[in-house]
Amino acid sequence: MKKMHIELTVNGQPMETLAEPRELLVHVLRERLGLTGTHIGCETSHCGVCTVDMNGKSVKSCTVFAAQANGATITTIEGIAGADGMHILQSSFREHHGLQCGYCTPGMITRAWRLLQENPSPTEEEVRFGMAGNLCRCTGYQNIVKAILHAASEMSAKEAAE
Amino acid sequence: MNDLTPDQTARATALKGMGSSRKRVEDARFTQGKGNYVDDIKMTGMIYGDFVRSQYAHARIKGVDTAAALAVPGIIAVLQAADLAPLGLHWMPTLAGDKQMVLADGKVLFQGQEIAFVVGETRAAVADACELVVVDYEELPVVVDPFKAMAAGAPVLREDLAGQTKGPHGDRIHHNHIFRWEVGDKPATEAVLAGADVVAEEMVYYHRTHPCPLETCGCVASMDKINGKLTMWGTFQAPHVVRTVASLLSGIPESSIRIVSPDIGGGFGNKVGVYPGYVCAIVASIVTGRPVKWIEDRMDNLMATAFARDYWMHGKIAATAEGKITGLWCHTTADHGAFDACADPTKFPAGFMSICTGSYDIPVAYLGVDGVYTNKAPGGVAYRCSFRVTEAAYFIERMIEILAIKLNMDAAELRRINFIRKDQFPYQSALGWEYDSGDYHTAWDKALKAVNYTGLRAEQATRLADFKAGKTRSLMGIGLCHFTEIVGAGPVKNCDILGMGMFDSCEIRIHPTGSALARLGTISQGQGHATTFAQILATETGIPADQITIEEGDTDTAPYGLGTYGSRSTPVAGAATALAGRKIRAKAQMIAAYLLEVHDNDLEWDVDRFVVKGVPERFKTMKECAYAAYNQAIPGLEPGLEAVSYYDPPNMTYPFGAYICVMDIDVDTGVADIRSFYALDDCGTRINPMIIEGQVHGGATEAYAIAMGQEVAYDEMGNCMNSTLMDFFLPTAWETPHYTTDHTETPSPHHPIGAKGVGESPNVGGVPAFSNAVHDAFRSFGLTQSHMPHDHWRIWRIANQLGLHE
Repeated sequence: MKKMHIELTVNGQPMETLAEPRELLVHVLRERLGLTGTHIGCETSHCGVCTVDMNGKSVKSCTVFAAQANGATITTIEGIAGADGMHILQSSFREHHGLQCGYCTPGMITRAWRLLQENPSPTEEEVRFGMAGNLCRCTGYQNIVKAILHAASEMSAKEAAE
Repeated sequence: MNDLTPDQTARATALKGMGSSRKRVEDARFTQGKGNYVDDIKMTGMIYGDFVRSQYAHARIKGVDTAAALAVPGIIAVLQAADLAPLGLHWMPTLAGDKQMVLADGKVLFQGQEIAFVVGETRAAVADACELVVVDYEELPVVVDPFKAMAAGAPVLREDLAGQTKGPHGDRIHHNHIFRWEVGDKPATEAVLAGADVVAEEMVYYHRTHPCPLETCGCVASMDKINGKLTMWGTFQAPHVVRTVASLLSGIPESSIRIVSPDIGGGFGNKVGVYPGYVCAIVASIVTGRPVKWIEDRMDNLMATAFARDYWMHGKIAATAEGKITGLWCHTTADHGAFDACADPTKFPAGFMSICTGSYDIPVAYLGVDGVYTNKAPGGVAYRCSFRVTEAAYFIERMIEILAIKLNMDAAELRRINFIRKDQFPYQSALGWEYDSGDYHTAWDKALKAVNYTGLRAEQATRLADFKAGKTRSLMGIGLCHFTEIVGAGPVKNCDILGMGMFDSCEIRIHPTGSALARLGTISQGQGHATTFAQILATETGIPADQITIEEGDTDTAPYGLGTYGSRSTPVAGAATALAGRKIRAKAQMIAAYLLEVHDNDLEWDVDRFVVKGVPERFKTMKECAYAAYNQAIPGLEPGLEAVSYYDPPNMTYPFGAYICVMDIDVDTGVADIRSFYALDDCGTRINPMIIEGQVHGGATEAYAIAMGQEVAYDEMGNCMNSTLMDFFLPTAWETPHYTTDHTETPSPHHPIGAKGVGESPNVGGVPAFSNAVHDAFRSFGLTQSHMPHDHWRIWRIANQLGLHE
């Protein structure tokens, strides 16, 4: 199949690649751009381990064609940490034992990162609903929810101090 | 000791040893997308393989046309059974002593079975080519019901076994029969049943399901033709066993095979077995001389690799009129699918199902298990379970409830009067196990008190009265469970996998400046071994956990071990770690004695140092001993500070727990709202409470899934009805319950640090707790047994059949 020229801004960096139009965004990120932090867990957009941020929204990159993503601004797990180290969400997942095997974690954190921009001070119920597109088989979610709620309050406190 | 020396407590805390909720060392890479899972591996020249799978559950393969597939640009080969036959690799041995087709040899026996392996330059090309392979099938009659499979005129599934009346586990009594396994005293049990005051009898079905880790199975096989070395990275819960199997199958010496388990995205038993994809990837790499990657998609995973459960357990339990249990009888029909690929220790074809007397002092018991072939996927793995313990726990905890109904007794009280008492340990069970330790009454009383059991029963009675008065359409269920696990397989004298004794191992090197490297025969799939095993060593050697690197999963460097499943890592490899640590300490003590110019016996261990007895200011730290081991010529001692331990456990360990689930059920919709879930676990000595709590949350959630909706079902044609996440239930954060965890601590008397293992307890105990709550809600309307999973429709159907919608 003839390849097309795809241009993306990924984690703040302009990137370009050739890809078949039918290729999925997750394959472009993982195989062509070498960003393997985004994972694959199903083919039906249920599990959310492929979650990335595209033009300000959480998307499941296994159900976005490369062609659809052309020109988009993408943030993956590799772009969540800042120059000064781990993002509060990342350290909060560690602090509250919000991960075990780590396979769902990049999608979880990338989704939570967007969720907390949509709703900076969510209730537990809002976190559970807002994260329901991301499955985890290890943690039972309890500590993931705790980690996100903790990160939200820490981020709010940090913002208030600035 | 001077004022600058921190006191004992401060030094012990700084080590982050056993008992510390140390944060995980794994998390920095996982939270930043820097894990290294098998599909992340990219190698120069790497090519891809994928399967053409059977659409039918039972069919003869009359022909396979690969011409169109081979014409796809980038396709290198399409392998079939005939291509593997000259190598003897078209069939492979299973872990259960059976054999399994690698690629369909003349016929297929389940939907999704591997027929051809397509190899090509890109994933897309391989996917395109798989679509173009034309298989000519002749359909054969399908059997998906194990009872029908054992009928006189049932279709012959395994033609390759024609005329074989003996299998690896004894006589085969029918052409679709695999084995009969019997334990206990059948005549004595039947005599007790015949003379009992009360006998409760029921068929308890534990449905077929699947471990479904979020990362599917896969591998990269790379044959280096120049040095003759085969390297394989893959999702292996038991990398050393894979190496041994690969060597036996291929004839390549084990010294020329390197198996590596990189980061594994959850296992839960799915990644114990050896699958056709591994064999085909190896062959394709040998043929092409290039690295070959094979990664399952979700449908492949759910349809073809490693189902769990599928046990029909017919039970009879006898008791006195006062409720003292006098005997237990169980006959299980075990549906093993098309090949017996159960991952059990060799001598246990039904795993540890014989732990089915549970937490109770039952004087006489009998268990018989018949394994049966059907047109379903092979597997029978221990899905977050130690070899059929989950089935056993579900069986006995249902039978107790059913007996309570028959006796018109409170099920909590019935349990209490039948528990094995603390003073009876070590306890010899009627089915042959020696329970090492336990204190069931203390745990049970603590649990009942914590949930206010009396109050809950009163509330339930009020709710029931309101329901009958038409004031509410909601019923309340209280699900009780007291489980006893059997983990830490196991003693080499009776536990092996493919002949390999189920010991485990640890090898430690202390570096000159006092930090350490330890390697183990296990492999973490999320359990946090790099964190917890360092804690064991920190306590044993006085080296801070933060300065101990743990490595696992590379057979070129790690000592031989049997891997991680069946909650065996802490009971077996954890013991090896502690004992290797003690060897380090023993040598360090001799070094310290030399340096302090005293006799070895004049020293005592104090957290991280050896102190001269009665002279606290004279000491040598482990760090000083380590340095001396490398820079001093000590008479009678070899330089260096290293140790290795291979641990053969003297017995299994027996963790236990008390779980109580409270749910509200909407009778008209069948929706069950889990109001609370209390989990008390006793896993002996606790190494990292934070990680234990995380394991309980996760295991209980898998239990919730299994009990309340997750299944792999087949229609009469043998079509797999749950082959994607659209129809295979994995709970989200939204419906998953909130858990309250608790513990008691009864150390194992035979384990070096008293630890018992915990990873599987919440699944083993959780499933009966959820299921019993559903049953309990309908108890007063006459429900005795309704099979899982208790999804909304099935709960609605219970209510409907009991006439509650009229």
